[in-house]
Formats: sequence, structure tokens, C-alpha cells
Amino acid sequence: MALQSPGFLFFAAALLAGYYLLPGRWQGKLLLIGSLGYYALAIQGWPLLPLVTAVTAWAAARCFERTGSDKRKNRPVLLTCLAVNFGLLLFCKACQTEPLYSFIRATALGPLTRGLPLGMSFYIFMAMGYVLDVYRGRLPAEKSLWRTTLFTLYFPQLIQGPISRGGELLSQLLTPHPFSGRQVSFGLQRMLWGYFKKLVVADRAAPAVAALRAEGEGGAFLLLTILYALEIYADFTGGIDIVLGYSQALGITLPENFHHPFFSKNIAEYWRRWHITLGTWMRDYVYYPISVSQPIRRLGRAARKRLGGFGKRLPVYLATAATWAVTGLWHGLTPNFLTWGMLNCLVIILSQELAPLYRRFHSRFGLKEKPWYAVFEMLRMFFLMNLIRACDLFLDVGEYFRRLGTLFGPALWRFRLPELGLSSWDWILLALGAGTMLTVSVVEERRGSLRELLWERWTLRWALTFGLFLAVLLFGRYGVGYEASSFIYNRF
Amino acid sequence: MEELKAILRELHEDVDFEKEETLIDDGILDSFDIVTLVAEIDARLDAVIPAEALIPENFNSLGAMWSLICRLREV
Repeated sequence: MALQSPGFLFFAAALLAGYYLLPGRWQGKLLLIGSLGYYALAIQGWPLLPLVTAVTAWAAARCFERTGSDKRKNRPVLLTCLAVNFGLLLFCKACQTEPLYSFIRATALGPLTRGLPLGMSFYIFMAMGYVLDVYRGRLPAEKSLWRTTLFTLYFPQLIQGPISRGGELLSQLLTPHPFSGRQVSFGLQRMLWGYFKKLVVADRAAPAVAALRAEGEGGAFLLLTILYALEIYADFTGGIDIVLGYSQALGITLPENFHHPFFSKNIAEYWRRWHITLGTWMRDYVYYPISVSQPIRRLGRAARKRLGGFGKRLPVYLATAATWAVTGLWHGLTPNFLTWGMLNCLVIILSQELAPLYRRFHSRFGLKEKPWYAVFEMLRMFFLMNLIRACDLFLDVGEYFRRLGTLFGPALWRFRLPELGLSSWDWILLALGAGTMLTVSVVEERRGSLRELLWERWTLRWALTFGLFLAVLLFGRYGVGYEASSFIYNRF
Repeated sequence: MEELKAILRELHEDVDFEKEETLIDDGILDSFDIVTLVAEIDARLDAVIPAEALIPENFNSLGAMWSLICRLREV
């Protein structure tokens, strides 16, 4: 039951109506029944998997509370809980690739090879973040199993995140939410905006991306990176808009996952704006613990003595590399995702090492003060990050680097464009859709939420909402003969 | 305290650490800075900062960092 399917729309509308018709104390219970029902409908074969995560997270947190802050007693429980859940995730991810794929396919566990169980990477990260927060004493343990289960399986965000924290979401799931016309209106408008991005822009770009992936070289490869950036951005942020919008309609605020990443001027800023909740999860539960671990500290002391300035930075770089390896493998246990992570790490380390050189350059030439330089920095990041992002598309890493190499030869200018499967009308709609998204981003970057800005201007607000609705209805890709492609991040 | 100020100045010479109260909230110090800072504090101030102490409240100002170091030394 994909987010853009009629089944989901019917299910979401019925649940929203019931949510506000019931007394406040029943809202949480309805959400739990709805979430379990959604999971049972959406996934064939493995509806019990998320319950394993919910029960182990609840039991571990309760155990920590009972033993107080005695880390010696709590550590084995924590390690067992992490091992069970991350072990399950690793196993299910490994089932999608060889050699396990062929082996498992012929067994009773065969259905696991049909794709990662829905939302698994997201709900396991959420639940384990909660367990770690309770272990560290940052959060009290939730007493109720059903509330922990609702936190783990809360169905809108089960699909593709964001990865909420226990501290942010649990309390919201416990309190009643009275009906607010403004909240519901904002939420539904945001959902509509998400459907526009997904159905009008992302799914329209998808056939061209597939064609260029098959044979695009030189200039065609560059076009692939631009179109894929547009597709994945519209797809992922569109899905997040639907999830956050629906939650807003329920009166529940989920964390933002994007903050106009293509306006970033350097890679650190880009990763603070793209998939924010995964980035902060990795920072708090992978990067920081690795950085302060005994082996890294010992290595740091030794490197300091022997290598001087670089030795001081070496342990930080190693922790960065380990975190990017984990981030890459979170996307899939294939060499291309590991390469993608390592390329990001390489750019981060190079930008750190070259920082003194940049500072000298800028103090000598004063380019940072020029108004055009900020645009240059954004374009530089756009092309750099999207050239790296294209690695997603190539299971064969050698082929990715070969295609990348064609950018540095005559093929950049003289290239053959394959049949892209888009009509002139599709290209016009794609350009208009991308232009609308860019305009909204510019306005929101400068002046904040567009819906807040337009709240007082009733006529314009409803005209724009109706226009958006018509655009989705008339130009969205759906209906007979069209196979609603799933969201890209569902497979992670 | 003076050594901590010296470490911070080496990290960002353009920031007035005596005045800033929202170093993390305003993005002046990022995760890379925090990890570098933790390694420097370990090496030069002999205070081991555990992962659970790496939260914004402990790094938003010079004073917060210093009181964290004092607390860790008392343990």
C-alpha cells in the first residue's frame, strides 16, 4: 500500500475521521490499531518483524529502569538488544544480495529476498535510538508496551522516516489532540505538495533516469546526474511532505528531514540539510561513540606524538570514515553504497585538509565578498554532490567510475542521447515542476514557511491549493496503464 | 580554563568564546569541531568526555564546557 495508492488515501482519510470523532484518550489506541493494520496490509509475510523490535526495545528500557544507572548490569542487556535488532536488519539486507540471496530464496525464508521488509531500516533505528537514550539516562523508560509499540510502528513514518527520537515523539503519542482547522488544513496542504513532487516531478523524471542509466556517457551522464538529483529530491522530500503533512493533520509534529539542501555552500552544510534525521542519528549513536572509544583515543595519543598536526586529526578522520561506511551500508550492503559513503568521506577530509589553503586564497583575493561567489559555491556543491549521488545507480562500481571518466573527454560535448521516453509536453511539465519547487525553496529559505506566510491571505491560499490539486489531478502520473513506482527510500 | 580557551581559539580564531552562549544551537561548532575538541581536552586537560556527555547543553558556551570538565575530573 504505497503512499500514492488509492488504498492508502482511503485508509488515511478513514483513520483521520475516526481520530477526531473518538474521545482524546482513544486516539493513541486508534493509531496503534491503524499502524498494525497498515503494516499487516502493506507487507506480505513478515508482519511480526516490527513487533520483535518493539518488544525487545520495551523490555530493554524497562530493565535499565529497574537496575538504575548500573552500567555494568545494563551493558549485556543493551548489547543483546542491539545485536538482535541490528542482526535482523543486517540479515534482511544481506538477503537482498548475493551470495545469501540465492541460498535463502529456495528456503522457507524465501519471501525475505523480495525486498527489505517495509520501513525496517527506519523503525529499527528509531527504536534503538530510544533504547540508547534510556541506557544513557537521557530519557525515562516507557512503562507501557503498547505505547512503545506505537512509537516503533507509528505508520506514517514507518514507510520512509523521518527517524524520530523517543524524546520528541513518545510524549506526543500519549497526549490527546483536539481538532484544529489550521493544523488539519496545513497538514493536508503539505500532503498535496508532497503528491505534486512525487507524481508530477519525480515519476515523470524516472523513465529518463532509467534510460540514461543504461547508456548515458559524457554529457548524457551529466544530464543523468541532474535528472537523478531532481528525481530523488522530489521523491524523497515529496514522501516526507506526505508523512509530515499527515502527522500534522493528526496534531503530531515530526522532525524535519530536509532544509533546502541544494542551497548548501559546502559539504558539511549539505549534510546538515539533507536527510537530517539520519545524519543526527549517525552523529549521536555512531560518530560520537566511535570518536571517544578507547582504541581511537589510544591511536590519537600515539599519532599525536609521531605525526604532529595530521596525527591530531587522524583519529577524527578514522571516526568519520567508519561513520560514512555505516551510512553507506545502511542504504544497502552493496559495493556502490560503500563507495558512495567513502566518496563523501573523502570530500569531507579533503575540505578539512585544504581549509588553510582556502583561507589564504580568500584573504588574498577576497572572492567571498562578491555576490556571485555564493551562487558559484551552491552550483559547485550541487554538481559535486550529485556526481557522487549517481553512484547509487550503479551496482557495478567500475562502470560508475568509467562513466564518470567520460566527463573528462570529448564525450562531454559530443555524446549520443538515448531515447528518454519523455514527450515534449513531459519536458515542459518537468521544467515547470522543477521551477515551482525552486521558487518555493527560494521563498522559504528567505522568508520561512510559505503556508504560514499565506495563512492570512485566504483567497490566494485557496487558489494556490486548488491549482496544486488540479496540477496533481491533471499532470500527475497515475491511473490505468501506469504502475505507481514505489518511493526510492522505501527500499532502504 | 586558559588552556580550554587556547584550544577553542585554535579551532575557531574568529569566534569570541567569552561571549557566545549558543555555540551548538547556532552551528558555530559542528560535530567535527566537537570531536576535535574532545580529543584536545583528553590530551591537554586530562579529562575523558564520554559519548553520553556529547549533548548541546555541555558545549553551548565556554562556561558549560568548563563545568563539564570540572565535573568529570571530580568523578
